[in-house]
Amino acid sequence: MPKDELKSEYKLVGTRPDRPDGLDKVTGRARYGADFSMPGMLFAAVVRSPHAHAKILKIDASKALALEGVKAVVTRADFPDGLTGEDWNLQENTIANDTALYDGHAVAAVAATSALLARDAAKLIEVEYQVLPHVTDVDEAFAPGAPAVRPGSADHSVSSREVDLPDNVRHNVVREIEFGHGDVEAGFAEADLVREGTYKTEATHQGYIEPHACVGQMGADGRGEMWVCTQGQWFIRKFCAAVLGIEASGLRVTASEIGGGFGGKTTIFMEPLALALSRKAGGRPVKLVMTRSEVLRATGPTASASMDVKIGMKKDGTLTAARAVFRMQGGAFPGSPVDLALTCAFASYKLPNVEHIGYDILANRPKCAAYRAPGAPMGAFAVESLIDEMARELGLDPLDVRLKNAVAEGDKSSYGPTYNRIGLVEVLEATKAHPNLSVPLGPNQGRGVATGFWFNHGGETSVSVSVTEDGTATVSIGTPDIGGLRASIALMVAETFGIGYDDVRVNVVETGALGFNEPSHGSRATFASGKAAVTSAQSCIKQMCQRAADKWGIDAEAVEWVDGAAQPAGPNAGKFPPMTMKEIAETMGATGGPISGHNETTMDGVGASFGTHVVDVEVDPETGRTTILRYLVVQDAGKAVHPSYVEGQYQGGAVQGIGWALNEEYVYGKDGRLQNPIFLDYRVPVASDLPMIDTVIVEVPNPGHPYGVRGVGETGITPPLPAVANAIADAVGVRMKHLPMNPPKVLAAIKAKANG
Amino acid sequence: MTKVHVTTTVNGEEVEFLADPRETLLDCLRDKLDMTGAKEGCGTGDCGACSVTVDGTLVCSCLVLGVEAQGKKVETVEGIADGEELHPLQRKFIEHAALQCGICTPGFLVAAKNLLEKNPDPTETEIRYWLAGNLCRCTGYDKIIRAVQDAAAEMRGAA
Amino acid sequence: MVEVNLWSGLRRFTDGELVVTVEASTIGEMLDALKAAHPGLAPVIDAGVSVAVDGEVIAANYALPVRPDSEVYLMQKLKGG
Repeated sequence: MPKDELKSEYKLVGTRPDRPDGLDKVTGRARYGADFSMPGMLFAAVVRSPHAHAKILKIDASKALALEGVKAVVTRADFPDGLTGEDWNLQENTIANDTALYDGHAVAAVAATSALLARDAAKLIEVEYQVLPHVTDVDEAFAPGAPAVRPGSADHSVSSREVDLPDNVRHNVVREIEFGHGDVEAGFAEADLVREGTYKTEATHQGYIEPHACVGQMGADGRGEMWVCTQGQWFIRKFCAAVLGIEASGLRVTASEIGGGFGGKTTIFMEPLALALSRKAGGRPVKLVMTRSEVLRATGPTASASMDVKIGMKKDGTLTAARAVFRMQGGAFPGSPVDLALTCAFASYKLPNVEHIGYDILANRPKCAAYRAPGAPMGAFAVESLIDEMARELGLDPLDVRLKNAVAEGDKSSYGPTYNRIGLVEVLEATKAHPNLSVPLGPNQGRGVATGFWFNHGGETSVSVSVTEDGTATVSIGTPDIGGLRASIALMVAETFGIGYDDVRVNVVETGALGFNEPSHGSRATFASGKAAVTSAQSCIKQMCQRAADKWGIDAEAVEWVDGAAQPAGPNAGKFPPMTMKEIAETMGATGGPISGHNETTMDGVGASFGTHVVDVEVDPETGRTTILRYLVVQDAGKAVHPSYVEGQYQGGAVQGIGWALNEEYVYGKDGRLQNPIFLDYRVPVASDLPMIDTVIVEVPNPGHPYGVRGVGETGITPPLPAVANAIADAVGVRMKHLPMNPPKVLAAIKAKANG
Repeated sequence: MTKVHVTTTVNGEEVEFLADPRETLLDCLRDKLDMTGAKEGCGTGDCGACSVTVDGTLVCSCLVLGVEAQGKKVETVEGIADGEELHPLQRKFIEHAALQCGICTPGFLVAAKNLLEKNPDPTETEIRYWLAGNLCRCTGYDKIIRAVQDAAAEMRGAA
Repeated sequence: MVEVNLWSGLRRFTDGELVVTVEASTIGEMLDALKAAHPGLAPVIDAGVSVAVDGEVIAANYALPVRPDSEVYLMQKLKGG
């Protein structure tokens, strides 16, 4: 749709009705992953490696199996051989073969008649290990002579960079990346100021409050069912089928309500174990619920990063050239988001000369999963910190520097292609105009700004909309409702039909009910499922117009759809009273049968989202503790379908970023074991740490969506890391280059500055 | 291990169950009584998703043994509404979009209700500290705090 | 004919060329033509790439048309959280 056809005013889109699943979720009735049970169900527990790297010499389950009520034990021997590529990675991460690759790596699993019995039985499974040398830090894994995490596993045939590393470094490097344009050396020569810095971020966890949970049932025929908390039931089906060597169609997967995901529930961790145990226990359903420490040790986390950035700037703030060299470890498997980190690193800026180099590195840590804008926050921390430092050195306003270099429609992006309609300039201007920018700051207080970017994603999408016999609409979507999706879809479908918001029922359905759907990931659910639902509704409308035309004896082209009813299009079409959706629905069985529309596509038309954050902090010079005084998020939503849930995404992303900036990190001991696998020690932000989070929704409509929607979920976690660092620099004059900026580190920096 | 017979009152109804002495009150509510409103987010008393009250005291039910409930009065999220009539906190949580995924919501509602019973007019800071034992990873707490403030105002008759 | 912009690391498979021209009217044809003309690109493309056509990044849709005046970039495969 051409963008001038996008309306800015709608009856429903842009309003804030109650979410349809609200009642279930405030009364405790909504069923999440661990809330599902079946008759005859067994309970499972997993035996995990206590070592960061160890050869598995022997697994003896005889004592466990001798316990009354223990029904099955599985090890890698119960899984098929011969998998390759990512399928093998998923299988190996589900259950170790001959080597445990990280602390928490699953080695065996047991099913018994109660959860307590399963836990007791797991303790009786004896595993003999031969401990191997390990490495957990990204820079140490990249250093010459580092212990090899998986000797011989790197496949450099797909590396997109000339090999330039010695062999004893390369053995932990699984991919090398290089891209860019222009002549960076010439660009640095043009600059008035060239600065470089090295920045480091630690691994963090998505930190969803709901641990992974599933009930799996599978018979000897390789057919079964699964009930699971996931961002994507089709991904669960696909990955479980691959790992178990069964046909995908043999497995039917139902997504429960989901207690947070943030990317961490787009893949599998222990789900195939439940199915394998069920098969071995004669097809009895098996429930497997992780503990929090299992979640932290063996699922999710994001990569840790070590990054060099060099930037050239003219006196007026114009950027002339930039180079980024990023090293990231994503655990003992390929797949750290170093490519995405690089692609997003300079995406906000017009850069004639830019070079990106990246290394994907193995370490003895859990396999990283996607976490909200994977890679982008780390890259932003490095780049936005350095730009801030240079702006201060040149006496320029950091927001003006960003405006001067901001990309707009028609500009070449740092990663190559030319931008379509984007809203960065509008976001920066709205930020400058916000009253938070003129609040005076006191001693030890500082203000930091930073900008962030995420592409957003379309993805494989299937949606069905049917006209219900009472004249309402039933929508089947395949993307789990992780934060108000049912409300957003209902608003768009109701708007399209011209019926009430309460007249649309949106169901998240199982894998048997629709074609393939990618998960609720990539900020795509409202965009892609919404767009497919609108297309499906339009198909229903076309059929309803046909039914009216048949009844009136006129051409379908002479019928138009207005406000929930078919009516003759103009006086020449004939004089008939409007026929409402209710009237058409009540007789549809006799006028041609049920009416439904559906849309299956790899969704196009995706629109990127930029955001700018402004944070005011106060740093206590005695303790190094940073307090967030006020926080502002300004971001382009394209169109906010349900503004409350858009604000919620902005606020939630900002606070996850604040946690990453100030406090959260994976702490590994010298023995390679995770030292903080509970929420007491892996401390996420709590209510008393924070002020209200102010938001401004900028709306630069995405021409690729019928209501102008861009994705909004991910961009919000990108600016906080550097924004907080820049605020701390402004408050107490120390430049923190290694996250998290916790009190001991900030205090040490303050002391070093005073002494030096 | 020998199981212990426990008689207790949950949301005003007398119930009984057999508990393994190692099972938590949370396990018993969820697995013995089929009351899955309280959630296990951590099992170590750090996240508050399992919040209930026992004789009026706000506790993490993952840190209380099932056998300790003997003769006590337990209140859970399932007992907050009065039949069809939602509690003002429940209505305000929906109205303010104070939940995204909703897994932490039962714990927040139980904790906030307990706060307002003790202090009908809490400041923002008091609300933030009272709820500091309840983790939410989705919302950044902003809309939760506003929902509690609004519910408190309505309950005081000030709204 | 379509001009395809490669990322710079791929030069080693194209005799140093950063922009290569292939005969194609869809993304699928373009990827096949690239692999045929420069076999070294095949493992990279098969491992997964994204394509940007006229500024829009597409993870996978081989049927999508490309025109002679389209701006086409081959990119690292994108995935989201």
